[in-house]
Amino acid sequence: MRLLIATLMLLLSAPVFGQSALPPAPYADRQIEDAAQERKARALMETIRCLTCQSQSIADSNASMAGDMRSQIRERIMAGEQPEHIRAWLIERYGDWVSYEPTAAPILWPLWAAPILLLALGGWLLRGRIKRRMER
Amino acid sequence: MIAEAGLAALWLAASLAFLQLALAALGLAGDKAELLGAVRPVAVAQGLLTAIAFILLVMLFLRSDMSVALVASNSHSMKPWLYKFAGTWGNHEGSMLLWVTVMGVAGAAVALFERALRRHTHMATLGGQAAISLGFYAFLLFASNPFARVQPAPADGQGLNPLLQDPGLAFHPPTLYLGYVGLSVAFSFAIGALLTRQVDAAFARAMRPWVLGAWILLTLGITAGSYWAYYELGWGGWWFWDPVENASLMPWLAATALLHSVTVLATRDALRAWTVMLAVVAFSMSMVGTFLVRSGILTSVHAFAVDPERGTFILALLGLYIGGALALFGWRVGAVREGAPFELVSRETMLVVNNLLLSVILGLVLIGTLYPLLTEAFGHKVSVGAPYFDRIAGPIALMLMLVMVIGPLTRWRRDQAAAITRRALVPTLVALLVIAILAFKAWGRIGILPFLGIVIALAVAVGSVAPLWKRNLRRTPLFTWGMVIAHLGCAVSLGGMASDSAFTVEKLVAARPGETVDTAGWTLRFLKIMPVAGDNWTALQADMEVSRGGGTPVLIHPQSRFFASPPTTTTEAALLTRWNGQLYVVLGQEAEGGRWQLRIWWKPFVTLIWLGGFLIALGGAMALVGRERRGWLLKWRSRKAQEALA
Repeated sequence: MRLLIATLMLLLSAPVFGQSALPPAPYADRQIEDAAQERKARALMETIRCLTCQSQSIADSNASMAGDMRSQIRERIMAGEQPEHIRAWLIERYGDWVSYEPTAAPILWPLWAAPILLLALGGWLLRGRIKRRMER
Repeated sequence: MIAEAGLAALWLAASLAFLQLALAALGLAGDKAELLGAVRPVAVAQGLLTAIAFILLVMLFLRSDMSVALVASNSHSMKPWLYKFAGTWGNHEGSMLLWVTVMGVAGAAVALFERALRRHTHMATLGGQAAISLGFYAFLLFASNPFARVQPAPADGQGLNPLLQDPGLAFHPPTLYLGYVGLSVAFSFAIGALLTRQVDAAFARAMRPWVLGAWILLTLGITAGSYWAYYELGWGGWWFWDPVENASLMPWLAATALLHSVTVLATRDALRAWTVMLAVVAFSMSMVGTFLVRSGILTSVHAFAVDPERGTFILALLGLYIGGALALFGWRVGAVREGAPFELVSRETMLVVNNLLLSVILGLVLIGTLYPLLTEAFGHKVSVGAPYFDRIAGPIALMLMLVMVIGPLTRWRRDQAAAITRRALVPTLVALLVIAILAFKAWGRIGILPFLGIVIALAVAVGSVAPLWKRNLRRTPLFTWGMVIAHLGCAVSLGGMASDSAFTVEKLVAARPGETVDTAGWTLRFLKIMPVAGDNWTALQADMEVSRGGGTPVLIHPQSRFFASPPTTTTEAALLTRWNGQLYVVLGQEAEGGRWQLRIWWKPFVTLIWLGGFLIALGGAMALVGRERRGWLLKWRSRKAQEALA
């Protein structure tokens, strides 16, 4: 019971806690020394959605959560993780919503097929038209 | 009193729109000249009344009349007058009134200035314009009355979103709306021509200046919006594939396609049904965009209010107008003859390919924007953003740019592939040279899309001026110059985009006053930080001395601003423009040990993006003036000739 109360107290104090002692996010606004790694991290950050903002990526957001996520990504890149692995980890944690790059989930197949279908449809329309014209 | 007068003007205008529609419909159905004769004056009066209603709302904002609900919830007496003025449309109701005003005034302009269109089609067009206006009047009067009072009046207003408190607000929304809603004229033209079955070259020549005008303003509006986002948001991005940006891009893509197909129709009397269809699609895209933004179905800085009732209302209007126009199209398209035939190797085919690619991009942007809504309905939340659009629409846009090199070098009716190859030789050689240099210098350092972007931008830059080759430049018609400048603008803009994404150097540091930061050949001396105050904000301002390669140091002052009403912090980036790029410095939060977070970017040739946008609009304006002036000259000469005979 006491543990429960303690947990509740901790939960209630969480916002205050968040303001006074920010969770450590050393790499929120600090670049990785190695330029190639930083480029990788930056490219990934540009495709991750800031969950507390209105349509912004974490690469261009002032929100503290975006800062935390930037720091996470930089730290993981420095630890040698691959960007796509980090993306998968983020998706597992926050859902598909977090990735601006649509995944290959079946519900998204039509989205990936759209360009091919549209181009094919256009080409077919065009071909039909010009062929008919040539016959005249 | 002013608010009541505004509301009365709005109701009167709505009644006149109804009268205009009734007169046109009855007059055309019974072929009654006396009814048709009244349509034009009514259209002018309607336009005047909406303009009056709008001016009255502006007055209410300028006087900070807090007894009006809209002013109270969106303005503040302490705001600088420019933002009181521009704040008129920095909210849902005001922006919808601006929409209706543009629509009314555009209708009045069609009534007053359109001379080339046949009388019956002209009347049917004005009837169509009144019909679409009516729906938006209803929306304004029943679901978003801008003139509603509030009892009791608050002591002061709640203020305007500080992100919007920028001179950009005075320019970007009105220009964009003029373009957006200006496309309603093209839509009404299409309706009118379908009703009277008069879709031909003369119709295209009459429609072209209206399409051009709307397109120029749309181009300027998007360019301005992009630059505004770039310097105001403080992260150095200029396009985010945000749904609201897509909402402005879609009508532009449709209008660009329309602009080219209307030229085919005017010159060769081909692509009749397609042109009419595009005119319907272009304004439909404006309405879809408005629905997406105004319904609050997509959250963004532009969606001022989230209100499902309004969303449903606009959705109903959307269904009514788009559905109605498509039904009319389906019903009458059989009566529209195919038009003149054309050969495979001809300017016409090039323009058809242009239309095809633009339509595919439009379709992809539309699908990508709406897809998250669709999957959400199935309980699966996804995001479709830059990685999708860049990767999918990017290559198609690059293909389109390649067509832009060849298209203007191809002759109308019929041409020889060998001759085109010869004419396109110089641009091709330039492209190959650039590929060689880039491959040598930067292989593996820049992505494939920026790489292709730079190559194609330079090829298009050379190709765009190639139509002037061996021509007498002084006798080249102004509209040909317009095309050259607009295409050159595309190349310039593409070059800026590619350069920005390939060569931008980013530096994030925490620095103390007195320290020096070096990046991308620049030296920044952080001198001091101090508080400053403006009309309705206070700020922390950093003073920095920047220099490049030992040159004369320049002072820059990035700020972090705090607005009290509503309480918000914004960053005011310091931008230093040089011929070869822009230095972009942002003052971030305070870090430990008296340090300050600084974000510094050196963006080579980034300004070309907006310079290109401006050139595109300028080219459009030259084409517009060139075509119209030629019309006036011809008329003037024929009148002279008649006088000489008499």
